[in-house]
Amino acid sequence: MTEILLTDQDVKVIVFQLNEKEYAIPVNEVKSIEKLQHITRVPKAANYVKGVINLRGVVTPIIDLRKRFGLEDDSYTDNTRVIIVSAEELEVGLIVDAANDVLDIPANAIEPQPDVVGSVESEYINGVAKLERRLLIMLNLSKVLKPTKE
Amino acid sequence: MDLNQYLEVFIDESKEHLQTCNEQLLELEKNPTNLSIVNEIFRSAHTLKGMSATMGYEDLANLTHKMENVLDAIRNEKLLVTPELLDVVFMATEDLEEMVESIASGGDGKRDVQIVMEKLHLLETGEMPITTSEAAPTMELEQRPVSSMSYDEFERTVIIQSKEQGFSCYEVTVTLRQDCMLKAARVFMVFEILEKSGEVIKSSPSVELLEDEKFDASFTVTIVSKESRDDLVSKIGKVSEVEEIHVTLLNLEETVVPTKVEQKQETLKKEENGSVKEQEVTAAKTSSSKTIRVNIERLDILMNLFEELVIDRGRLEQISKELNHAELHETVERMSRISGDLQNIILTMRMVPVETVFNRFPRMVRQLARDLNKKIHLEITGAETELDRTVIDEIGDPLVHLIRNAIDHGIEMPAARRASGKDEEGTVELKAYHSGNHVFIEIQDDGNGISRDRVLAKAISKGIVTPEIASTMSDRQVFELIMASGFSTAETISDISGRGVGLDVVRSTIESLGGSITIDSIEGKGSTFSIQLPLTLSIISVMLVEVEEEKYAIPLSSIIETAIVKRSDILNAHNQQVIDFRGKVVPLVFLNSVFEVPNSGELDEFFSVVIVRKGDKMAALVVDSFIGQQEVVLKSLGNYLSSAFAISGATILGDGQVALIVDCNALIK
Repeated sequence: MTEILLTDQDVKVIVFQLNEKEYAIPVNEVKSIEKLQHITRVPKAANYVKGVINLRGVVTPIIDLRKRFGLEDDSYTDNTRVIIVSAEELEVGLIVDAANDVLDIPANAIEPQPDVVGSVESEYINGVAKLERRLLIMLNLSKVLKPTKE
Repeated sequence: MDLNQYLEVFIDESKEHLQTCNEQLLELEKNPTNLSIVNEIFRSAHTLKGMSATMGYEDLANLTHKMENVLDAIRNEKLLVTPELLDVVFMATEDLEEMVESIASGGDGKRDVQIVMEKLHLLETGEMPITTSEAAPTMELEQRPVSSMSYDEFERTVIIQSKEQGFSCYEVTVTLRQDCMLKAARVFMVFEILEKSGEVIKSSPSVELLEDEKFDASFTVTIVSKESRDDLVSKIGKVSEVEEIHVTLLNLEETVVPTKVEQKQETLKKEENGSVKEQEVTAAKTSSSKTIRVNIERLDILMNLFEELVIDRGRLEQISKELNHAELHETVERMSRISGDLQNIILTMRMVPVETVFNRFPRMVRQLARDLNKKIHLEITGAETELDRTVIDEIGDPLVHLIRNAIDHGIEMPAARRASGKDEEGTVELKAYHSGNHVFIEIQDDGNGISRDRVLAKAISKGIVTPEIASTMSDRQVFELIMASGFSTAETISDISGRGVGLDVVRSTIESLGGSITIDSIEGKGSTFSIQLPLTLSIISVMLVEVEEEKYAIPLSSIIETAIVKRSDILNAHNQQVIDFRGKVVPLVFLNSVFEVPNSGELDEFFSVVIVRKGDKMAALVVDSFIGQQEVVLKSLGNYLSSAFAISGATILGDGQVALIVDCNALIK
């Protein structure tokens, strides 16, 4: 992921909302964006793993990002989306509040994450991108997907 | 040029060529004078050499090149095929295999092959000690009478039969003039004459080589004809540029008696301590079918897409029923039928004959027999039996283990066999066949068998069974003890006829494939290990059950039966609720608490239970209701959730939802 910070090229990202903040994932890590559908619970899985869904014949695990980041629960709405991402041979769905934007971020707009942002989820973050008035939080997928020992 | 895209093809084809080499080398050992087999091996080796050189695997190419030189010498009758020579060539192919294996697993295919290279070089230059001691065999070959062309079973039958019908069989040797310009044309003319006068059975060199002018000045044709010898000579004499025609009446008895060279082969064979006789390879084996290589991942994708289609088909059927529209109804029905056929085809596309696993065994057995100084005859039947690719990939290692076991510990030494009135040569039978929804693979040996008493004594001393239980066990149960973990330790190898070395691993592998293994044995007569495997791993029969709002699938293979139990029938035994099931105390497992299912708090007067087993142990899984039996497509939960508790996988139900498959083995301690 460090090369994103180094290259001069633009990065195409998918932007999604979570708890009224905007996050971004590079588009090449996103396979699709799905509406919420029936989730089958998996017993004794980690608390942020909501279960599995049938994604066109492939059984795909679903992670609730709010739970993963330790944010408070919120009920799912019509805007709730599942972003199917793949990283390091893992294909996983992330439940987010909404996802509706694709942006090109100039490489020089991405900065290392300032310390003040340092909230609970800071370890999952690669940096922040300033775009005029918006602040996008760049997600570090492999850290998000790495299971935490409980 | 980026060669990576060809890598997969290269690996697959290399493996295929090496397999051909192996098979043909074994064949050659049986017919050391059949040069067409050598040609076959040579071709495979040559292709392999070319491919590996193109791909830049120098070591691989070099070694193949050396091997090719030796083969070439055999082909040109400069070298004799001896078991010692074959040992070296086998060594070379083994090294080649390991190199290819290393490339396949991402390595560079480099390997220290100095020793083999040297040995091959010694062979090639004729300095191999074993061949030099045999008084210049090359000389023998050159002096070999022409009539010593070797005939296989089929050709002999033809010759004998035509003789019975009044035909004569001749060997016609035609020598062309040294200055002959168009040798192939002369050959063609000679053949035309011969074909008019009778039936050509064989030619040496082969017709292809003759057509390519790949022969010196003379060639020999075997022909059955009603014409006299002189007629043939004068007819062929009409062809110009022919220097000499030599026609001999073929006396078959003469060919049955081995020529001098062949006798030497025989004695050589007898000198070695262990010898292996392979199964007869049927003549029809070479009939090739047209195939195309498909990546298994693509098949999986196809299967997934197809399942989507099946789910939609279900919905369509529902809609058409509701609408009650005749034409729609008809179309949907047709579609259902076609997709059913499609499903069958997609499933059979994943099927592979067990041959791909079996054909590595003849060489292994040969080597083992030589190493152990035993005489072993390997018989393979049912190699064409088909199994799902996923099963095939897993079954190889357990089979290797069992065959080694049978040869190492089952079959006795030749002297011991003679003493007990058996044939010196032991037989190991490898058999595969279909039966119902299963494939059976059996490994049978006529060796020493397993001693019930010694197994029991060992098991009791190891604390695996108590003496009380031991006395009530059936023979089969006793034999199965040798597969118990903890049974096989180093000291037992020489003890209880040595059986049980790592067999617990074999059993667990087979059980993880949804199969089972049983052992039958008669002391002194031999043992049979019988493996039962599901046809495919991708489809299993399950019982769908409901626990509160959730659906779970329990594999039918582990279910004994289902029952309804009254609350008052539940007994308490030491912190564990149990039921009395046909006189056996079976512990209850409440799925809703094990799986932490959000519950509604209602408690029924009656419980639905599914009795499942793991080996001899049982448990009763408490569920809310049974939905029914169903064939489902097994799906993995993926890497992310690979360690889910008591869940072995998932499946997609008709309504598109995911149901989890319960791993009963994890629920029974």
